[in-house]
Amino acid sequence: MADEKPLADQEERRQNLGMVLTMLAFAVSIAGAVGFLYVYWTNHDNGLMGASAAVALAGMGVGLVVWTHFLMRHEEAAAERPVLPSSPELREAFVQDFVAGQDQIGRRQVLGWATTGTLVVLGAGGLSLLRSLFGASPETVLKAPVWRRGDRLVTPEGRPVSVETLEPGSTITVFPEGRVGFVPGQTVLIRVQADLLRLPPERRQWAPQGNVAFSRLCTHAGCPVALYEATRHLLLCPCHQSTFNVLTGAQPTSGPAARALPQLPLYVDAHNHLRAAGDFTEPPGPGFWSLPS
Amino acid sequence: MINRPARWLDRRLGIAGFARRGLDHIFPDHWSFMLGEIAMASFAVLVMTGVYLAMFFNSSSAEVTYHGPYKALDGVKMSAAYFSTLNLSFSVPAGLLIRQIHHWAALVFIGAVLAHLFRVFFTAAYRSPREINWVIGVTLLVLAMAAGFVGYSLPDDLLSGTGLRIAYSIVLSIPIVGPRLAFVIFGGPVPSAVMIPRMYGLHVFVLPGLIVLLLGVHLAIVWRQTHTNYPGPGRSNRRIVGSRLWPTYSMKILGLFCLVFAALAALGGLVQANPIWIYGPYDPAAALPGAQPDWYLGWAEGALRLFPAFNLRIGHYLVPEVFFPGILFPLLLFGGLYLYPFVEPWFTHDRDEHHILSLPYEQPKRTALASAGIMMLLVLLLAGSGDVLAVLMHGSVIAIRTLFQIVFFAAPVLTAAVAYWLCWRVQRRRGREHARAAAAGPVPSDGGEGN
Repeated sequence: MADEKPLADQEERRQNLGMVLTMLAFAVSIAGAVGFLYVYWTNHDNGLMGASAAVALAGMGVGLVVWTHFLMRHEEAAAERPVLPSSPELREAFVQDFVAGQDQIGRRQVLGWATTGTLVVLGAGGLSLLRSLFGASPETVLKAPVWRRGDRLVTPEGRPVSVETLEPGSTITVFPEGRVGFVPGQTVLIRVQADLLRLPPERRQWAPQGNVAFSRLCTHAGCPVALYEATRHLLLCPCHQSTFNVLTGAQPTSGPAARALPQLPLYVDAHNHLRAAGDFTEPPGPGFWSLPS
Repeated sequence: MINRPARWLDRRLGIAGFARRGLDHIFPDHWSFMLGEIAMASFAVLVMTGVYLAMFFNSSSAEVTYHGPYKALDGVKMSAAYFSTLNLSFSVPAGLLIRQIHHWAALVFIGAVLAHLFRVFFTAAYRSPREINWVIGVTLLVLAMAAGFVGYSLPDDLLSGTGLRIAYSIVLSIPIVGPRLAFVIFGGPVPSAVMIPRMYGLHVFVLPGLIVLLLGVHLAIVWRQTHTNYPGPGRSNRRIVGSRLWPTYSMKILGLFCLVFAALAALGGLVQANPIWIYGPYDPAAALPGAQPDWYLGWAEGALRLFPAFNLRIGHYLVPEVFFPGILFPLLLFGGLYLYPFVEPWFTHDRDEHHILSLPYEQPKRTALASAGIMMLLVLLLAGSGDVLAVLMHGSVIAIRTLFQIVFFAAPVLTAAVAYWLCWRVQRRRGREHARAAAAGPVPSDGGEGN
């Protein structure tokens, strides 16, 4: 009995402390909100706006938590959990009613067939809307020719490239003339010392004076193969770090890519300009199911 | 104050009984139940900030020329989508703040969903009768990651364009239907003129709509089945212990929401997220060395980098390299997650209803499996920045990749072994404590699953 009064005093003190702390937190929140208003209406500084909004919200949050902790009774509440499965009788009754309804719907089998037929045709109509989501057939787009024999190689600025434009060891991006920026047409032109090349026999004529050209789209996931390491004659894809050896016809040497970069056969015209002697050896870019082997 | 509106509503809906029972609904007090709530709070912030952003964002790929306060891009040609994101970041008061809060909220949302999933896994909360909610929860994780990726793709900057290209290449790699599916989703080879509107439709209607729907069902099922409890006095399969919805839990959840929002506001204001003006507009001929996706897709990026240069020729047909790490691996991973609650009973022969959680040390095999899974994802996440690590450590990209390929197999096995051993040790210690306590005399029941 003697303990009761001090306990009540303690509780009283605790409640008072809780109230003071809650008010303090809310005051901080107001200060934060005022700060936010000031910054928003004056200079829009992103950091100050975020910080003041954070102070306003945190003050509110801390206030609510302190309130709950100090001012509300702590009691562990308990309750019965519901029994989830229904009684077998109830389930049985449901099944019976459902089946009775089903019987009413489906006494004639021919109607069932008619419904299925109607739904199939209706579904086909609905699904065919998907066709509008892609323009041309993927098969045609993915295998569409990119370079035509005789296309001049031009720089992104549209200037033709001569057989002497590049010094050995250097590289530029080229496009088919008239189609600068055409994504599948982006091609990397590299000049190497002609005697270093070890191209397959049928490609020997494709690299006049050491100028070799490959599709610039990685065969792995389609990123531009944008980096060239001249000392090791490697093209490197920055996305997943596949490397391709220029000397052997851009065969992959490391990393996740398994296919060589498609090569563009080149020849030199009467004005010493580089032109395509045909299309890429394969459709450029990442692989797909019906990619010709 | 509540009297009049309550009477008005109840005369029309007759819900006083239901609402009264609702006030007494019990929510357990353990901190680990907060993970799902943090996810919910960040989702609420995502919706609010997302609606605000949608008022300013233009999903068009039409080419425009930038003139505005950000001088570094003055006169540069770009898509209207990128233009509107620049405007939002530099010209709309508080636009950048809201954009960055939105981005941070997405990062935190997915992190909280994942942490919640691990909590549920480690404590075996997915067991009967909660398998449906496990399946819904895993679906929510997939939807959250998809929504995050698609949102990241909208500004049409160099990073987002690169991400879309890779996503397109992965869809394209699916046998038979890949090209068709990729064209349906992206409207043709990336970059296509319609891909930003497509992603926008997915990001503001389809994915959030599905998330809201499934989140509603998730919560309704939790409400119907009641929460689980950790083992403890008074808790059993029949009784739940915790705080009542009214007033304790309501106060706590409001407080938590404010605190999560405060943290996101602080991050959005003070920590830069996705500075698209540094990357520049998407240029299909450009690539950004050191580019990485947001953290929650790091595992997929790592898988793409680590998988060896292998593809499959079947007659005239090709299964490209990215199919295996980009499609097959995630299918196995998420397929395993989906099926786990249905497969585990084959081994444990335990199909009973459970409302009391199992502590991680009580099931060493399950804990070892989950720890190995987490370790595998961490290794992939690190491998996803292998090129950055190579630069930092002055190592070669090839050496680091080979190292990661070995660690990918070794680290999970090692982790599983250590986790198993730790569980076993805790079990043994608990066993001794129990024996000592039993020798000392009768003890109050510690709950357990007894009815």
